[in-house]
Amino acid sequence: MTQLTVEDLHKSYGDHEVLKGVSLSAEAGDVISIIGSSGSGKSTFLRCINFLEQPDAGRIHVAGEEIRLVRGGDGHLKVADAKQLQRLRTRLAMVFQHFNLWAHMTVIENVMEAPVHVLGLRKAEARERAEAYLDKVGIARFRDAYPAHMSGGQQQRVAIARALAMEPAVLLFDEPTSALDPELVGEVLKVMRALAEEGRTMVVVTHEMGFAREVSSQVMFLHQGLAEEVGAPADVFDNPRSERLRQFLSGSLK
Amino acid sequence: MIEWSVITDSLPQYASGLWLTAQLTVLSLAAGLMIAIPLSVMRISRKRLVAGPVWVFTYFFRGTPMLVQLLLIYYGLGQFEWVQAQWQAGNTFWLIFREPYGCALVTFTLNTCAYTTEILAGALRTTPHGEIEAAQACGMSRFTMLRRILIPGALRRALPAYSNEAIFMLHGTAIASTVTLMDLTGAARNAYSQHFAPFEAFIFAGLLYLTLTFALVGLFRLAERRYLAHLQPRKAIKGHTA
Repeated sequence: MTQLTVEDLHKSYGDHEVLKGVSLSAEAGDVISIIGSSGSGKSTFLRCINFLEQPDAGRIHVAGEEIRLVRGGDGHLKVADAKQLQRLRTRLAMVFQHFNLWAHMTVIENVMEAPVHVLGLRKAEARERAEAYLDKVGIARFRDAYPAHMSGGQQQRVAIARALAMEPAVLLFDEPTSALDPELVGEVLKVMRALAEEGRTMVVVTHEMGFAREVSSQVMFLHQGLAEEVGAPADVFDNPRSERLRQFLSGSLK
Repeated sequence: MIEWSVITDSLPQYASGLWLTAQLTVLSLAAGLMIAIPLSVMRISRKRLVAGPVWVFTYFFRGTPMLVQLLLIYYGLGQFEWVQAQWQAGNTFWLIFREPYGCALVTFTLNTCAYTTEILAGALRTTPHGEIEAAQACGMSRFTMLRRILIPGALRRALPAYSNEAIFMLHGTAIASTVTLMDLTGAARNAYSQHFAPFEAFIFAGLLYLTLTFALVGLFRLAERRYLAHLQPRKAIKGHTA
């Protein structure tokens, strides 16, 4: 079953066209890695999917439902129904580069927050769910700690548990290891690998080529706002067709 | 030589003055804070029609002395025939302004509300953008985000600045004595005029204010320990091995 499709997404900042029509389709269980040099538009693409950025054109379906858009008076695309967007956002959980945990809440409160106050779960149920996911990411013993008292890798694992607690259709990862010290990257990648093996649908913007090659079902190479190459990791990494991808890979794999 | 009888003779007045001062402080702070929370949300709105009136309100009350505000309300409102007619008709709301107690409480509430609104608006503006994005990304509505993320975070960040405002307010209530109220300062003025012993009368009032101030500071320290735990240096986490 198709969990997420993005068709012909465009996005400009002023005169600068960041995305020039990028499409993507994720079936249940797909792990799609988006790679590319900085400035290629890969984070913007991911952020357009859940409307943290407003795309200028394009269509997005989440779990079979299209996000309804209208053209506003200024010519920009807008969400037609804020309630629908809120509902579909609960199906798309996001993990951010800088974790973005709520600082005044403890770990368990962070994970319980949206299930209780967005999905409407009872507290006891949300707590059970939160504990299960904290356990899964190996951070259960920190349940009552505050984010500021934890390492980056631990915070990112809490953020992953927070995303999982929504039981979403698709997990979006926006460079989840880029803000981490090198020795902490492994613990986060290990968790993500386990999620992929469970068959969760994931779209991952990453600089971790090893992860992209070994874990993804599909790799998309973005260059200057276009999907320059899309394919199975073996094809993309071992038989790059374009000169740009060859250059990018030789730069990143050193 | 200290004339102890000045103090001992007036102890009952000092006690009731202390009670009135505490009452005015606590009630105006509580009411001011309650009103300041929605106003601070309006204050940071991008819509001018929403933010503008709050801006006018806070600039008026922060831009003029509280004594002037009190005198305006206490002496000024009674000038209007319409207000007098309301008094005669027994309108409960307007009767508040016939009593010095009501005038003082309303003035102090509006004044502390104006300062608190600006403190909270500042704290709301410094909400880390990532926390807002995380709330949006999990499908929170604007109202839920305000109630669960923005306001609780802002109230906590505002706590140190707000504790100063609370202490200013405690000391500010001294002007209640200018509209005949027998607060702590009023009691001291009374003791002074009865015995012509300014030193004894006012130093004792000062000591009582000092005691109230320390009590207030202590309360805020407890609140900070509880609500700002996430900003304090980390304590050892049980079972922490990594």
